[in-house]
Amino acid sequence: MTATTSRVNPNVSAATARAAAKAANENQPVTFGKALNTALADSLVADDSVVIFGEDVGTLGGVFRITDGLTARFGPERCFDTPLAESGIVGMAVGMAINGMRPVIEMQFDAFAYPAFEQVASHVAKMRNRTQGKLSLPMVIRIPYAGGVGGVEHHCDSSEGYYAHTPGLKVFTPSCVEDAYLMLREAIDSDDPVVFFEPKKLYWSKEQVDLEQLARDYDAKKSAKTEGQARIARAGSDATLITYGPSVSTALEAAKLAAEEGINLEVVDVRSIVPFDDDTVCTSVRKTGRAIVIAEAQGFASVASEIVARVQERCFHSLAAPVLRVTGFDIPYPAPTLEKFHLPSAERILDAVDQLQWEA
Amino acid sequence: MSAEATFGRISEVSKKFGITPEDYMLPARHMINLLNPDGSLRPENEQGTEPGHEYPLPSPARLMEAYAALVKGRRVNDQNSALVRQGRMAVYPSSHGQEACQVAAALCLGENDWLFPTYRDTVAVLTKGVAPMEVMTSFRGEWHCGYDPKAYKCAPMSTPLTTQLLHAVGVAHAAKLRGEDTVVVAMCGDGATSEGDFHEALNFAAVFNLPVIFFVQNNKYAISVPLSQQSAAPSLAHKAVGYGMAGERVDGNDLMALMAIMTRAVRMAREGNGPLLIEAHTYRMQAHTNADDDKRYREDSEVQGWIAKDPVTRMKAYLEDAGLLTDAALSTIAEDAEVVAKALRDGMNQDANTDPRELFEHVYSVKSTQLTEQQALLVDELDREEA
Repeated sequence: MTATTSRVNPNVSAATARAAAKAANENQPVTFGKALNTALADSLVADDSVVIFGEDVGTLGGVFRITDGLTARFGPERCFDTPLAESGIVGMAVGMAINGMRPVIEMQFDAFAYPAFEQVASHVAKMRNRTQGKLSLPMVIRIPYAGGVGGVEHHCDSSEGYYAHTPGLKVFTPSCVEDAYLMLREAIDSDDPVVFFEPKKLYWSKEQVDLEQLARDYDAKKSAKTEGQARIARAGSDATLITYGPSVSTALEAAKLAAEEGINLEVVDVRSIVPFDDDTVCTSVRKTGRAIVIAEAQGFASVASEIVARVQERCFHSLAAPVLRVTGFDIPYPAPTLEKFHLPSAERILDAVDQLQWEA
Repeated sequence: MSAEATFGRISEVSKKFGITPEDYMLPARHMINLLNPDGSLRPENEQGTEPGHEYPLPSPARLMEAYAALVKGRRVNDQNSALVRQGRMAVYPSSHGQEACQVAAALCLGENDWLFPTYRDTVAVLTKGVAPMEVMTSFRGEWHCGYDPKAYKCAPMSTPLTTQLLHAVGVAHAAKLRGEDTVVVAMCGDGATSEGDFHEALNFAAVFNLPVIFFVQNNKYAISVPLSQQSAAPSLAHKAVGYGMAGERVDGNDLMALMAIMTRAVRMAREGNGPLLIEAHTYRMQAHTNADDDKRYREDSEVQGWIAKDPVTRMKAYLEDAGLLTDAALSTIAEDAEVVAKALRDGMNQDANTDPRELFEHVYSVKSTQLTEQQALLVDELDREEA
């Protein structure tokens, strides 16, 4: 963002500003971060066994404020800070889950979760299988992930592939405010461990969503399930953009631009990477006959690669063109001034659309 | 529940003993040792005890109970090693020589207390009450863990070193949040103290003032690497003070000393004084596993020296001299041990009870579409094999 001059217009009187603020309050759009925060609070209310901990999640409310106010409202026994040790946080959560709790833990940033990888891969993922179902680990590992926020090194990794590759874990990633709320509630209520990826560039994004109504519907079990359910983020007919998390908004932007040129793109938001919804993805591709998979993570041996493989195995005879990928390059995540060259952009997606062997 | 709370408790306890908090946390100058290798009771001034580091002697009944478990443990170790040699079991990491540690770790626990063992702690797991063949499931290669950890309050035997110490901390933490009376003994070896999770587990336990006893069996080797290449600390028990907890060293082949120390440690933890670190000096008298060749890294004379300090003969000599171990008691104890050994032999003679379809059943609480498809593929393969 470039430096700007004051956004305050001196010509607007104080009274007008107050009236505008009041109107805005009544019709306040909700941020993605607030939806997550509300989901955590509602889960703490709904289930006494839910407990939240991590680094800076207590008094501070998390470096992204996702746990803001929870310690004050629910007490330090329900939401508390731990020593600075990711393996310790995950390992302690394993023990608490063994002993009847539902821990929801925060890894402060994607790449800071790596010290905990042994606990995740060797225990979180395997405990149920190891014990023939006798020990389940209902726990959620929240990971703010991906780039687009000008973060320095180790703060922008798209690490979902490591976890998606590990049997026994579920991997969710919401891309809109409504899903942020519903998917986190569902993750916390799951009897399996869920690695919950939060696209950090979306934390401040706003939508007009009635969180109270969402909560009432969820508590009354009226909400549609999101686990294992992809979402059609935009209906279209000419080609399918398959994506998730931070790239959904980019895909939607590309679809909007394509529509101006008369190409009608469908956008599928995977949401639940594990378990994966083959049906929704493949139904869309069979309908359009063309597909591009988009993700920020480096493409080699990635979730995007897996989706391409699944689509061609299942939709080969419906395809008019090879399934393409638009992903991050196979490089370590770049420094802030260079990240725009690395991340999938609407333009790069449209270039890929052009390559889908359209008939002349 | 905070680091201040832990240190506050330690200050109070140390005041009661008339010593400084540092002297309470640091291990006594000498290792605690009640019985000589020949089974004679050491004079009080040679037991290594000092103010704040004193341990009441266990009752005769308690010692007899522990001795019976010790004999059973030795019998199980030797039976399992024999079964491996006969090709009836894939692998067995024997704790021959370390049985006193294992017995004490399990026997000191109450009904609501948990044990977190490693792969070498079969005897501790059996002493906790797990059925013999359920313990052997993993070494038999049938499944990874064959018992219900919640039913026995005994975690799966952990293979990745020290990772289970953090789970022990979590179990204790959950119990504390619910106001339950639960003490946890978390076991590991000397090599494991070099792992990062050892540090994180001790630190978390102390910061949250949790009733966890970290019980290190220092058997002198991490497979082949000796303790001198593992740590430059004065002792492993000295590490405790760095976390703000009490540490103690004990002769790990002296069942009486172990029972005395572990009983007090569990009581201290139960009373809310936070975690403790106990280092038991023992020796792995056999190779790491049947796949290991210990002649490549240690002299036979060293092993022979430790055979002279054997925990079983030492305890037996004491109990006989004390007139507690009658011929009748001896034969009853031996018969009970043989019952377990026979159960193991009989169990190993049965065909493995496995079903390949089960491979897909426990990955998630509800089988995914993809796993259902993969299971169908395997079932189809099996059906074609049968046809």
